[in-house]
Amino acid sequence: MLPGLADPTLDSQRIFRSVLEAISRPGRIVDVPSTIQPPAPLHPATAAVCLTLLDFDTPLWLDDAAARPEVIEWLKFHCSMPLVTEPAAAQFALVSDVERMPALGAFNAGTAEHPERSATVIVQVWALIGGTGRRLRGPGIADEVRLDVAGVPAPFWAWVSDNHALFPRGVDLFMSAGRVIAALPRATRVED
Amino acid sequence: MTSPTDARRRWMSVLAQASPAELETRLRDVTAPPHRMLRRPETGLVMVRGRAGGTGARFNVGEVTVTRCAVELEGGAVGVAYVRGRDQRHAELAALLDALLQDPDRREGLEQGVVEPLAAAQAARRRATAERVAPSRVEFFTMVRGDE
Repeated sequence: MLPGLADPTLDSQRIFRSVLEAISRPGRIVDVPSTIQPPAPLHPATAAVCLTLLDFDTPLWLDDAAARPEVIEWLKFHCSMPLVTEPAAAQFALVSDVERMPALGAFNAGTAEHPERSATVIVQVWALIGGTGRRLRGPGIADEVRLDVAGVPAPFWAWVSDNHALFPRGVDLFMSAGRVIAALPRATRVED
Repeated sequence: MTSPTDARRRWMSVLAQASPAELETRLRDVTAPPHRMLRRPETGLVMVRGRAGGTGARFNVGEVTVTRCAVELEGGAVGVAYVRGRDQRHAELAALLDALLQDPDRREGLEQGVVEPLAAAQAARRRATAERVAPSRVEFFTMVRGDE
């Protein structure tokens, strides 16, 4: 089995800071400080976010490509989170094969009374490219920001728009590639 | 016949209850193969729960300081230790021995050279304490009351 964070306390604090930066500045590409060597097919940024956010209180759903014995053993050892087989039952979802990702509507969007109980979806994509692509607006974005996401299936941006339409319900989305992440929280609007 | 889980449970218990100094002494003759830390020693709190009289309702006795550690040997065996207190070296040695004891080729030697002597020392300590406190033992009993 592979080791996790070299210094669980300080490393997870640093990684959490980058996660916070990403979710409060939607569309911004943020470096994730981590020296983790995760089991395939996880990227370092994906693994770092998982090790920082998951614990015994957070049921996790893995897509078929991620649900390999090495990945499950590694995540269970370092995070102790329960696994669920139904996407709707998960508090966190990890999609490692972006081309075959389920629609965002498959995940728990919370309820009108408790929108905070919705799922956080981490999607591992091919690449994140800033300054080009979709125009994003909303809280945390001064004017507008542009983000292009490589590898996502054709209906991806429609799913993101549908998710925004549910506000204040809806899932929060993190995208990771290599050592960087970007976030599309439910509050972010996608234009053109 | 003890299952592999029972056997491992026993040696993990003996290693966790050994004194760090004893462990260090016993390990002097053991050559530790290359290993790496999966989880460096870290200290935390564990809630100990009990049952009144051993069978009653569950209640929280109190929190206890525990240090845990996990190591992996080159062959892939993972050793785990949870020890009471804050002695990180104790947790590390216990985890390393747990990993080594899972190797059938080394088990016999380690059982004889490390685990058994430690278990004997612990039993002796328990006996000494029991003998020391036995004279002060008070037997309580209740007279049958008239209305019952």
